[in-house]
Amino acid sequence: MAADSALLVGLVEEFVSGQQDSKAADTATGIKAGKFTILQLVEALGLSLTSSQPQTRARAVQLLSQVLQECYADLSEQEVEVLIAFYENRLKDHYVITPHALQGLKALTKCTVLPPGSAVSMLKSLFQDVHVQSLMLAERAHVYNMLINLMGSREEELKGLGADFVFGFVQSMDGERDPRNLLLAFQIARNIIHRNYDMGKFTEELFEVTSCYFPIDFSPPPNDPHGITKEELILTLRAVLTGTPSFAEFLLPLIIEKLDSDVQSAKLDSLQTLSACASVYEYKDLAEFLPGLWASLRREVFQTASERVESTGLSALSALTSCLSRSVLNSDSEDSLNVFLDQVIKDCEHHLSEPDLKLVWPSAKLLQAASSASYRASYRVAAAVMPSLIEQYNNRTQCAHRRTLLEVVQGFVQPSKIGQSNMEDESVLSDFRASLCSVVFSALTESNAGLQVTATRVLTALAQHTGLLQQADVEQAVAHLTRLVLGEADATVSVAVLDCAGSLAKLHPAAFITNMVPHLKDQIFTEPMALGDGSTLCQEPSQHAVRQRCVSALAAVSSQPSVVQESTPVLLQVLSSAHTGSGCFSSEEVVSVCHSLQRIAEQAQDTEETSHIFHDIIIPRLLGLALQAALQGEGHAGPRSPLVEESIISAMVPVISTTCARLQPTLASQTASRAVSLFLDGDVSFLPDKAFPDHIQLLKKQSQYWSQSQMVCLLMACVCSLPRSVEVPQMDRLLAELEELSCSNSHPLSYTSAAKCYAGLVNKAPPGDSLESLIERTMKRVCSELDSPSSPQHTQALTLLMWVAKALLLRYHPLSTTLTDKLFSLLSDSELGTSAADGFSLLMSDSVDVLNRGCHADVRIMYRQRFFTENSAKLVQGFNSAPPEKKSCYLKALSHIVNNLPRQVQLSELPALLPLLLEALSCPDQGVQLSTLSCLQPVLLDPPSALITQLEALVSRLLALTSSPAMKVRIASLRCVHAVSRFPEHEVMPFRTRVLRALAAPLGDNKRLVRSEAVKARGEWFLLGSPGGR
Amino acid sequence: MAGGLRLENANPLIFQRSGVRLLTANDEDEDVVDPIDDREIFDLIRSINDPEHPLSLEELNVVEQVRVRVNDQENTVGVEFTPTIPHCSMATLIGLSIKVKLLRSLPERFKIDVCITPGTHASEEAVNKQLADKERVAAALENAQLLEVVNQCLSTRTL
Repeated sequence: MAADSALLVGLVEEFVSGQQDSKAADTATGIKAGKFTILQLVEALGLSLTSSQPQTRARAVQLLSQVLQECYADLSEQEVEVLIAFYENRLKDHYVITPHALQGLKALTKCTVLPPGSAVSMLKSLFQDVHVQSLMLAERAHVYNMLINLMGSREEELKGLGADFVFGFVQSMDGERDPRNLLLAFQIARNIIHRNYDMGKFTEELFEVTSCYFPIDFSPPPNDPHGITKEELILTLRAVLTGTPSFAEFLLPLIIEKLDSDVQSAKLDSLQTLSACASVYEYKDLAEFLPGLWASLRREVFQTASERVESTGLSALSALTSCLSRSVLNSDSEDSLNVFLDQVIKDCEHHLSEPDLKLVWPSAKLLQAASSASYRASYRVAAAVMPSLIEQYNNRTQCAHRRTLLEVVQGFVQPSKIGQSNMEDESVLSDFRASLCSVVFSALTESNAGLQVTATRVLTALAQHTGLLQQADVEQAVAHLTRLVLGEADATVSVAVLDCAGSLAKLHPAAFITNMVPHLKDQIFTEPMALGDGSTLCQEPSQHAVRQRCVSALAAVSSQPSVVQESTPVLLQVLSSAHTGSGCFSSEEVVSVCHSLQRIAEQAQDTEETSHIFHDIIIPRLLGLALQAALQGEGHAGPRSPLVEESIISAMVPVISTTCARLQPTLASQTASRAVSLFLDGDVSFLPDKAFPDHIQLLKKQSQYWSQSQMVCLLMACVCSLPRSVEVPQMDRLLAELEELSCSNSHPLSYTSAAKCYAGLVNKAPPGDSLESLIERTMKRVCSELDSPSSPQHTQALTLLMWVAKALLLRYHPLSTTLTDKLFSLLSDSELGTSAADGFSLLMSDSVDVLNRGCHADVRIMYRQRFFTENSAKLVQGFNSAPPEKKSCYLKALSHIVNNLPRQVQLSELPALLPLLLEALSCPDQGVQLSTLSCLQPVLLDPPSALITQLEALVSRLLALTSSPAMKVRIASLRCVHAVSRFPEHEVMPFRTRVLRALAAPLGDNKRLVRSEAVKARGEWFLLGSPGGR
Repeated sequence: MAGGLRLENANPLIFQRSGVRLLTANDEDEDVVDPIDDREIFDLIRSINDPEHPLSLEELNVVEQVRVRVNDQENTVGVEFTPTIPHCSMATLIGLSIKVKLLRSLPERFKIDVCITPGTHASEEAVNKQLADKERVAAALENAQLLEVVNQCLSTRTL
């Protein structure tokens, strides 16, 4: 014990007289460890605390405070009481002591055993004896933290202080300038407001002392050491200012004043603050200022050039209106909402009758914002505006005017959030239903495309109002849409009509089943006009286009199972008549039928009903037709069915794969096993048509029977897109046959599909020895094919290698390196180098029909980055050691890889790769140039510093490429030159004259597309460094 | 755009913008030479910003495609523009912007003529004379303040 107290005295001595700051921490550790108590410390400090030297006293208090900061939790209530009394006295002492006393008090405010009344007495002496704003930054922070701590633990006591507490705080923060402290002070002010402290007569003072910072203008120091953002300050201050309605009378005039400001951020902040406070205020708070606020809002929306100011202004108006809608009416006063809306309507309505003038839009937007605020508001606005809009539409004759009016109507009809929440309310538009419908239908019959498009949008919006449209309206709408599908050739209208039909069909499937689908069907099967001479009479172009539109329309409306049930048989019927040769369907039409089926599979709801249609009817039908076509092709020399064409069979693939990936896994597994038994054993029992020969062996066929072997792509669609939980039967046999087919067949679609199918299965195969031995076996075969110089199957082996490499790379399989290394080694092969280089594009990009996430493939995140980091060195090394004539393959591979990397990685890897990329720009191969430029361009938009040091080389190479013989290269290089103009001004200024001179030549280029890029780039370079430019 | 500032013509007529020029197969074909035509010149000037409004010259109908004449063989370009009101004080500025845009965007071989649509402006002749005078145009562009306004008209809008 004696030793301990001696130790303590020593520590105190060294801290106070020896000025060794570390001793405070040692003392605190000692107390925590129980070696000595606070009481002993105070005793040991006795002499220093009573010293006549203020510096010594300060040092002693500092030690005590620092120790307390560590040990406040262990204090007893009596100790705290004594210490508080001590510190309160110290506040009256010499000014050098104050900071340390504050630190001690702050530590004590964190005590849980604070005796009753002590908080009040602490604050009283604080407010009385300390002038906060003459303290240093850190000490002011102590004061704010004390307040925050006490407000957290002693709320009741502080409230007992009444308005004095608020006054004390106002005095303390008055004049605060440091953003760090301001954040604390705003937090206190917010607590005062939100926890209902009595502000008494100091409400205005509290407002003044905080609102003087509004609107916040703060830009953090360049390296931003404290991490305080302008946004943070704005939000905390806004929480204070908008916290209580009692600030209303002060805040609203301030907002009106600040809205006059020229600074855009001040306007935005004011408008956002207005929106925020409107959600707290009531009518009585707003009443007096409504006219002023409305005038300012209207002016901002009418005159601004900035979309942000406009949209913020509109949401402020919305907030004001919804505040008024909430307010409770007095029996004797006017309806405040109506008074306000009357003013809004009066000021905006007359602009709506001038549809060719600029202010029609801001006016419409203001009215729409007000009407979106509440049901009552929308009712009121609609009643005032709709009749005149409809009447004007009927009276105007110019299409442009009508279109503007209709677009304004659309804004009002567009369902808002409020409208949906009041489901039981009658739609505000029900009074205008009939006239709106007649306007829409008349617009749909106009010949002006813009008008028709807008009309379809209004129709879509009307349909979203539950219960608004009546059965007859819907039927009429469907009739109009059908007419447009059949008769309207304009592309934009067609797209709009399909969108509209799609969303209406979701809500009213029955109308579409009875009124649209049969008409489309008739039109599709209408025989083209016979010319009589029996020659190739098929397809005048318009008939073709009509069929295309009908087919897309069938897809667009098929989202409900009931519609799917009606529409898909029509599409299947097209396929079978195409197969039999009746109906004169061209290949493109058949392909678009497949696209439509695919679209239906994508958008249909995943219900039992739809899934049965797809798995039990559509897929067997597709397989059956394809098989018939393939078998028919053999032997006799008659005309072949179009279904063996590559474009058509490839279009069937996504129909099947989307179905298997999306709809009902149990049914999908059934489809997969049927497909496997069809392809392996020739089991045709599930196909709708039974007339097939006995021994079908689709996978064993030699190249002359490509029409059968290419069907392997349909097998791929069935088995490679299943969810991973579904098992494929007869895996081993299947894989062996696929490998054989992919290595031996010479028909490109057949061997590529077999390779893809193989890869898709390998990607999902469970890990383990069997998988590894399988891969090793395949690898051996591939390598032996590639290594034997005379083998005719080089391309096939390379294709299989690339796809399997991709499958393994995606799932991070350890063996993937062996395969990719083989690919790297092929880059220097004189025969296969180019194909191998292109293989890297396949490796790094997403493939559409297999090995993607949609097919449930095992794709690890960031596999591209990983591949890049592991292999970029090999590539660079290979490039450096390759003979000059083979370097381009390496550059090509590199640009494929870099092109597919995410931008973040591109940026971080760029410094290392830049020399190589610049080299690639001067490589004579146009493909390499183009792919390098397209990889550079996005990087240039946000240039890393590594690029800036190489500017000279970059600019001269880019400028040289602007006169390349290939137009795509010229365009890409001009885009890059354009992007360079956005670099930091001081870096690119030296190049300005040179670039401007060089860009004069492409201004006179032979190709218009090149000229327009040159114009854009040169214009930007002219603005560079010029007044008013950038 | 300060709050209190009054615009000369606060509620002007606005016109529809024409769409992007449609691409044809010839545009993609390396071997076909695309001549510089009226539409191309119009595309150059239609997106110039109005000095007063956040609208383009096309939306205010100050420039129209029918008032653009180009002769690729004879290397001449003529543009007529129509101020929104006959006393528009911005007419010279608009003309200057059009002229500068064309100077920056066309090959040097072209002679560029920019003038006011006859009968649409009070001081038509004076403005036309200023715009036709090479030295005065050059001198105007030496003036930093003028150049600043012209550049603002020519910068692509980012808002």
